[in-house]
This record gives sequence, structure tokens and C-alpha cells, in this order.
Amino acid sequence: MSEHEQYAEDLALYALDALAEADRVKLEQHLVSCSACRLELEQLRGDTALLALSAAGPRPPQRARQRLLDAVAREPRLAAVAQAEPRRGWWGWLGWAATAAVIVFALSLWRENSSLKDMLASASSHSAESARQLDELRKIAAPIIEPEAQRVTLVAAKTPAQPQGKAFYLKSRNSLVFLASNMPVLPAQKAYELWLIPTSGSPIPAGVFKPDARGSAVVVNPPLPAGVEAKAFAITVENEAGSAAPTSPVLMVGAGE
Amino acid sequence: MADLYDRYSSVVYAVALRVLGDTGAAEDVLQEVFLQLWRNPGAFDAARGSLGSWLAVITRNRAIDSLRKRRPETDIEDVVLSVAPDLAGEAERARAAEKVRGVLGSMAPNQRSVLEMAYWEGMSHSEIADKTGEPLGTIKTRIRAGLIALRKAFQT
Repeated sequence: MSEHEQYAEDLALYALDALAEADRVKLEQHLVSCSACRLELEQLRGDTALLALSAAGPRPPQRARQRLLDAVAREPRLAAVAQAEPRRGWWGWLGWAATAAVIVFALSLWRENSSLKDMLASASSHSAESARQLDELRKIAAPIIEPEAQRVTLVAAKTPAQPQGKAFYLKSRNSLVFLASNMPVLPAQKAYELWLIPTSGSPIPAGVFKPDARGSAVVVNPPLPAGVEAKAFAITVENEAGSAAPTSPVLMVGAGE
Repeated sequence: MADLYDRYSSVVYAVALRVLGDTGAAEDVLQEVFLQLWRNPGAFDAARGSLGSWLAVITRNRAIDSLRKRRPETDIEDVVLSVAPDLAGEAERARAAEKVRGVLGSMAPNQRSVLEMAYWEGMSHSEIADKTGEPLGTIKTRIRAGLIALRKAFQT
């Protein structure tokens, strides 16, 4: 039986929460990077819902309804607003992913092309129109990457804030912007390291960072080999100077949306 | 929320009651599930599946956690399921339930029992193997085959 077939059987158990711990950890790691298995898992979960149907029984007691509505009335309603509001302005028009790509592009222009900046400064060889566009993009990028920008992570009310990272990667431009929030403080000689997990090969170092007092951090355009296809990104804790390969377990990980 | 409750409370309660066998405990799970939905409506992705099915899955998980006195292993945001028939209407539910019972009834008894042990009793893979004396591999295969059989019954 191929390794992948083995995961397929584990998926059914996983969908039922019946998978043993060791297998579960392995499967969860596999799921990070295997969209086929994630899809099958969703299907299997749907199948388990069918089992639920075989439960026939009495209706819930009448009082339960009022009890719930009372409890709901006492709750503040927050989370839905953060999601339901249509995004306004430039962002909304372009969509989040596209906007992020534009920002990465703008930043790569900004950082790589000091000569371009000089050209802009001298305002001689660069057209007024593209200078204006670049300026516009810089304005949009500023609240995301300027150190004094305020960063707020919204979560459903009453949940503690979780460490979170968002990576925006544009392979064609070799550009990466990474934003972190609510990262726990680290001991003095340690730092977090971001890794680009390629579709084949070992994890590639993608920047070392220490969170500020608020737990936020930004990594912009770390040097990366050209044209790498990213399967996932991950974070480990390393020594302050960084490391060429991960030396500690994965702390946070994410695959593409 | 009142509307959602009216539509889905009987599914949620039935699942919770079947797992827990206790009306008080089932009612608590019922409250918990709907409150969670209220607090976190974004956890359910309407594009992927039906709310009724999603609620059934969440309910069963919470009820099992309660039964086995363990902390929840999966965040509700991580529960994504696709398709599965909508369980909103009483009539649809009754029809679907008939079909499911039919499939379960025509399954080999040792396949059905293994599925039910995992689903309704929240037994782990190894616990089932211990109880039935069957090898781990067989249990795995049977559970997967059982779920696929259910899926096939609803694919026309």
C-alpha cells in the first residue's frame, strides 16, 4: 500500500476522531501540504454527518429554546461585523489577495531599486504618472509595514488572542512580506525564524525576527532563491543569528489559502 | 438565531442524546453548540456544505468530548465538510434518515458495529480493536468502507 493510500484510511478515522495520537500528528502534518487529502477529509466529514441522521429521538424540551435565546441576548455580537462588512475603497475593489500582491510588488520595487528612488528623487528620467502610482502604492503599503503602524488582530469576542502570522509571497518577483501578531516574547539569545517550505527540498530560511513589545513583527523581502514554489510557510525558534536549517520543532505553519 | 434553532435543534438534540443518553447533558450540548454558532458564525462556510450537516458533526464531536471527559481536540473553525444533504427540512431529514438506516441495515454487522462504536461511543481505533479482537488494519478499512458506502447511497 502506498504511503498516500495509507493516509486515505487514516483520514476516515481522523474524521471520526478515532485516530491514535501518533498517527494523528503525522496525518496533520501531511494535511498541511496535501490538498487532495484535505478535500477527502471534508467529504468524509460530510459522510459522518449522514450517520448523525440515524439518530431519531424526542424533541428538545421547550424550555431549552428560551434558555438559548436568553443566553444569546446576553452576548455581545461582534465577530459577524468584522466579516460581513464589505471592504471599502481600494482594498475592496481589488480584493485582498490581489492587493497583497500589489503591495509585495511595490515593496520589491521600493527596496530593490534604490536607483529608481534616485531617479524619482531627481524627477528627471521617470514619468510623472508612474511616480505617482508608486507613491500611491507606498501610501497603501505604509500602514502595513511602517514600524509605528498600529496593528490590531480581531478575533471572536472572549477568545484570547492567538499568535498569528500572515505571509504574502510573490514567486515571480521573489518577494515576501510577512506579518506576525501576538507572538510570545522570547528569551534573550533566541529569535523566531520564518521558513519557506518548497514543494521539493529542505526548508529555506526566509528571515529572522523578534517581536516588538506588542508581539508584532514584520519581515519584508528577505533574500530568497529565485522562482521557488512555496508549499507552505513555517516558524521555528532559533538562535538570534538564525540558522540555515530548522533546529527546533515547527511552532506555527500554514499552507496557501 | 431563533429561526436557526427552530430548524436545527431537533437534529442537534437527537445526536447529543444518542451519544450521551442523558437528557440534561444533551440539553447542555444543545445550548453550547448554538451559542458557539452565535459567537462564531464565520466558522461555518456556507459555500462548502449544509449548515445542518455541519451542526450535526460539531454536536457529535462536542457530545463525545463530554462523554469521554476530554478537552476538545478540534477547533470548530477547523471543521470543514463538503456537500452532504441539507438537513433543514423535516421531510428531507426523514427521507435521508430512512436511506441511512437502510444502508446501515444492509451493511455487514461487524462493519456497522465498528462504525457505530467509533461514531456514537467515540471509541478510538485501538479501543475498538481491543473490544472486537480484530486487527487494527481491518478496523481502519471497515470504517472507511462504511463511510464510503453511506456516501455512495446519496450520490445519484
